[in-house]
Amino acid sequence: MLNIHDIQETINMIRDENLDIRTVTMGISLFDCVSDDENRLNEKIYDKITKSAEKLVSECEVIEKQYGIPIINKRVSLTPISLVGGAISPEGYVRIAHTLDKAAQNIGINFIGGFGALVEKGMTLGAANLIEAIPQALAETNLVCSSVNVASTKAGINMDALAKMGGIIKKAAYLTRDRDSIGCAKFVVFANVPQDNPFMAGAFHGVGENEKIINVGVSGPGVVASAIKRAGNCRLDELAEVIKKTAFKITRVGQLVAHEASSRLGVPFGIVDLSLAPTPAVGDSVAYILEGMGLEKCGAHGTTAALAMLNDAVKKGGVMASSHVGGLSGAFIPVSEDAGMISAAATGALTLEKLEAMTAVCSVGLDMIAIPGDTPEEVICGIIADEISIGVANTKTTAVRVIPAYGKKEGDSVVFGGLLGEAPVMHVNTNSPAVFINRGGRVPAPIHSLKN
Amino acid sequence: MQAVISVTGKDSVGIVAKTANKCAEYNVNIADVSQTILQNYFVMIMLVDIDNISVPFNDFVDIMSEMGKQNNLEIHTMHEDIFNSMHRI
Repeated sequence: MLNIHDIQETINMIRDENLDIRTVTMGISLFDCVSDDENRLNEKIYDKITKSAEKLVSECEVIEKQYGIPIINKRVSLTPISLVGGAISPEGYVRIAHTLDKAAQNIGINFIGGFGALVEKGMTLGAANLIEAIPQALAETNLVCSSVNVASTKAGINMDALAKMGGIIKKAAYLTRDRDSIGCAKFVVFANVPQDNPFMAGAFHGVGENEKIINVGVSGPGVVASAIKRAGNCRLDELAEVIKKTAFKITRVGQLVAHEASSRLGVPFGIVDLSLAPTPAVGDSVAYILEGMGLEKCGAHGTTAALAMLNDAVKKGGVMASSHVGGLSGAFIPVSEDAGMISAAATGALTLEKLEAMTAVCSVGLDMIAIPGDTPEEVICGIIADEISIGVANTKTTAVRVIPAYGKKEGDSVVFGGLLGEAPVMHVNTNSPAVFINRGGRVPAPIHSLKN
Repeated sequence: MQAVISVTGKDSVGIVAKTANKCAEYNVNIADVSQTILQNYFVMIMLVDIDNISVPFNDFVDIMSEMGKQNNLEIHTMHEDIFNSMHRI
């Protein structure tokens, strides 16, 4: 029998503390769409997506109503398009991006991911052509998200590929200069990319996955922040317990929704991503959790320690609540999508260097960070190389999604609206890493004994 | 199977009666009720059996929500599974 206290707690989480399911993402394999005829390839891709995910949005809406829990995003992730398109021209890849955009609009989802390539060790002709097409594809479509994996702990870092990323990002920024360079918000560079991530911009459907799969990303920074506030002035081990219990409850809802969506859509359940994903709404911020733990401002010394503890407790609590856990699983720290991060960055408490340190102990990486539009390509590559090295050396996923906002300088701000939020343009150290970056080649895979 | 109906809004005469009547109309049986007034604000949580409900559950969710709007109340109806998932291992 349910008791009124438990009921009240759940209702408060949803109504007052912004508990929601951040995304239900259907992964779809496109391998059976391969064709040597470009038009046929586009037709098959369009048909496969629109038929497979035809009911994704409507069934999610039924679940939202039944359980009274909002499902913010309904999305689709695809086999990396470079594996399907093969050696078609860059222009051909742009046309595929248009096909994906049209299919996404048709089924009513808000993002479609997988316009990407896996080049951690080397680059095929298809991958090279797709990468060349990325800026134009992002500029000419609204819903297509792109990612490139340039490194892994097993392969090392493909510096030839990484060295191209600065230019790709700058070009995407230029082509979308009339919209605060929003193209860059839909592109992410990875190390150790997960194959089952439901979150954008990095979601794609891995090669070892089912034909179709349902992956769910949970959220709930507001719920954790409130629980920490209620815990008052307790010791850190007690605080970790509070976070674990809260993460458990949040994840159980994700597991429920994942199973329900899987059964209604007739698509196997993949994973629940144990994420603390913020939104720009006040009260839905990871930075406010860290401040609630006892920091004057996010970015203060002690932030990395607090974040490490938070991230660990979220995983420990969440892992028991779900039968399969995967994706990025951990706290996200996207600057533009988190009211507390925006505030900390705007006041100078949170710097790019501190964010880099924070990414060593939490999910993802340097995310949704606006930097001056005149930041040189090589400096952007240097930012990526640093971040990717943290992932490679520590056997974890890291990523970079920076926005060199065209025409903007430090202290200005960019506004994307919606979940992508807004961000102050942050200071960047512009001492040049050009010679290092332009050496090219591969950074060898790190040794995993002699740990120090 | 059970569901939870939560009702919040400015206190007025007949809120419990209206909610209970609507439940009876659709053959929804009330199992437990917790109700209080906080600074003129009415808060009620009703646990109901929906085994013999006469319309699809999601239609009932809309019906209750609409009744709330007509009476300046916020009424949310949620399936019990979300509470069981969260609070039972």
